[in-house]
Amino acid sequence: MKQQIIVSGLGGQGALTITRVLAEAAAALDLEVLTSETHGMAQRGGTVISMIKVGPFRGPLIPPGGADVGLFLALKNLAVHRSYLKADAAVFVNSPVPGDFQNIDAQGLARELGAAVAANLILLGYAAGKQALFCDPELLEQVIREKTPERFREMNLKAFQQGMASAK
Amino acid sequence: MMESESLKDKKLQRILMGNEAMARGLIEAGVTLAASYPGTPASEILQAVPGFARETGVALHAEWSVNEKVAFETALANSMSGRRSAVSMKQVGLNVASDPFMRSAYLGVKGGLVVIAADDPGPHSSQTEQDSRFFAMFAKIPVLDPSSPREAKSMVGQALRVSEKYEIPVMLRPTTRVCHARQNVPLFRPQNLERPARFEKNPGRWCATPQYLRELHRLLNKKIADMAAEEEFFPILTPGDDTFPGVCIIASGVALAHTWDLLEEMDLLRRLDLYQVTMPYPLHRDFISHIKSRYQKVLVLEETYPVIELQLVLDQVQGRINRAVPGEGELTPEVIRRVLEGFLNLPAAAAPTLPGGEATRPTLCAGCAHRAAFYAIRETFPEDIFPSDIGCYTLGLNLGAVDTCHCMGAGISQAAGFYHTYAAAAEKVPAIVATIGDSTFFHAGIPALINAVLHGARIMVVILDNSTTAMTGHQPTPEQGMTAAGGQAHPVHIADLVKACGVGFLKEADPYDIPGFVSLLKEADAYCRGENGGVAVLIAKHFCILDREARKSQEILEMCVTEDCTGCRHCLDEFECPALSLDEATYQVVIDRARCIGCGVCVHVCPAGAITASPKKEQ
Repeated sequence: MKQQIIVSGLGGQGALTITRVLAEAAAALDLEVLTSETHGMAQRGGTVISMIKVGPFRGPLIPPGGADVGLFLALKNLAVHRSYLKADAAVFVNSPVPGDFQNIDAQGLARELGAAVAANLILLGYAAGKQALFCDPELLEQVIREKTPERFREMNLKAFQQGMASAK
Repeated sequence: MMESESLKDKKLQRILMGNEAMARGLIEAGVTLAASYPGTPASEILQAVPGFARETGVALHAEWSVNEKVAFETALANSMSGRRSAVSMKQVGLNVASDPFMRSAYLGVKGGLVVIAADDPGPHSSQTEQDSRFFAMFAKIPVLDPSSPREAKSMVGQALRVSEKYEIPVMLRPTTRVCHARQNVPLFRPQNLERPARFEKNPGRWCATPQYLRELHRLLNKKIADMAAEEEFFPILTPGDDTFPGVCIIASGVALAHTWDLLEEMDLLRRLDLYQVTMPYPLHRDFISHIKSRYQKVLVLEETYPVIELQLVLDQVQGRINRAVPGEGELTPEVIRRVLEGFLNLPAAAAPTLPGGEATRPTLCAGCAHRAAFYAIRETFPEDIFPSDIGCYTLGLNLGAVDTCHCMGAGISQAAGFYHTYAAAAEKVPAIVATIGDSTFFHAGIPALINAVLHGARIMVVILDNSTTAMTGHQPTPEQGMTAAGGQAHPVHIADLVKACGVGFLKEADPYDIPGFVSLLKEADAYCRGENGGVAVLIAKHFCILDREARKSQEILEMCVTEDCTGCRHCLDEFECPALSLDEATYQVVIDRARCIGCGVCVHVCPAGAITASPKKEQ
């Protein structure tokens, strides 16, 4: 099993949370996992990217043209980070506007849920619901339930389930 | 399909960030004192120490020291007393700690001392991309170079063991891609070394005067020579077949990991000899002749400077020096791929399409009080000089209120320098307003402030006090009086320090009140230019907006843009709040409700008075 995933967003959108959930899911399946994230100043609203490599890799970075899946929390990042995707990659974008990718208005749905900051998990739930990830949605749900700090748990689960439901 | 068992029941491995993995390694290796000053990419090391100590029942002293030099010396004393110690910092922190670091090579240690210096090739979040391995070589201190979080953790134990065997500090040099990678890492039970604290007096060593140093230097040279013969540090070979006879690649750190993945992808793994160097300095004694006798063509891949390469000094070596490897920048997979193709005479793969879009630049958070302070400074002094410093507030450069950013504490010294420059040239002295964060002030601002007062610099210093070290993840500053583990410590107050430095003008205010802050700045300027003027200090005090607890005490205002908005862009260009944007259709400013925190500061900014604030109605 080998899968390379990029998560692209702006600092504060929760790319790191998605990254951690995916990494925990891989470990729960006894798979090797390496991730890479953006820290420091760029986290103050700048462009950020995380990479998740599941399977027998040694380095944490995905080369251009290497990612199987792209999760984009900001539509404008598509132009910046698209080069990391394989030609046949599954691409999911938080956007009310459709394009040459699978779109979901995660931000709008999050607002409706009263959880504007949970758009990240809606997007993840959507990609999981579309069976694009290395693991079942149920496992991701379990990771979110067990690893999320209590004050965000309900909201995060709701957001993830909303994303999954939208994939149907 | 997932079985119903809880994830917590899984065996003893955990997904850890490289920094957390090293912290865990410190606890497992029996470290009893860990000190650090926060800085990307090293901050999470010490941050994770108290938690691992708690969960394993280990007692140790963990501290956020006031700066890296202090951290180093504190840890050194623990080692001199026979107990295992650690100090961690970012690479430029080692510049600050260089004085005790250099001498510690000569005097050595008793209990193991691991010096974790985290490098930032790229750089992603630093003022240089310097290579700490060179610093280790300069100091004659051995250095280990991990390629992954898992390896970084196990190298912590290795470093401490070797440190004790040779009585010398050992550097562990991870890079950003190791520090901030996450990996499943095995966990072990902490060693209980049961060592008493015993400082044994030895003046010839611990306060070695010059007469002793020649002998200590001889001993140091012997230690390094002996370490260079240690079998465990002979580079690790992954042998190839006969596809590329007489050719090898030597790599270390994360460059080795990238190279491994690339060779696999290119179907070249185990087709040519690949060496991993785990200890770049001192390079194994026999490795140089080994390479010389076996290979005609050698490529060295390492970050960021040619440390291994310079020790190999062989004609057949390609790398940074002959420009086979770019002389600057991070060795990402795409860079290494081009290098490998050139080195092995392979056809170049189709160049990937380059990123087309423009990356979004970082900005101060919505509601950040630094933005208010910078705006007030800029409005008061449109054409003047603004030296600044290292932290979130460096982003004040977006607002035109930061002209310099050099190294920790430099803003105040530079401000004084600018004053003397203009004064000595007998020119009109501009208003000089230095900005410095609270943590940076404690770190390196105080000597600069004393110096400015002493030499009569007529400058303004605005200490941006948000009661935390925000950029690196909210470590406490001395003002909070809190230990690294969250316990009670003795607070040290900025205002007291400023007064003690002899500053004649000191005021404290919340910059949210922009008109009030502007009038204070004018008052400060008048003091600077007055007959007995000198340094004027303003403490701009408002908690960091990312502090959830403090936020609870702040009123949330209902912000509104009225019809009076002329679309003049003043609030967008001069204030740059991320919650404000221009609606291209109406050419009026709109507020992003998801990002606005209702601080109300922008009311003071709109020239047309078109932004209004009202108390939020209960939902």
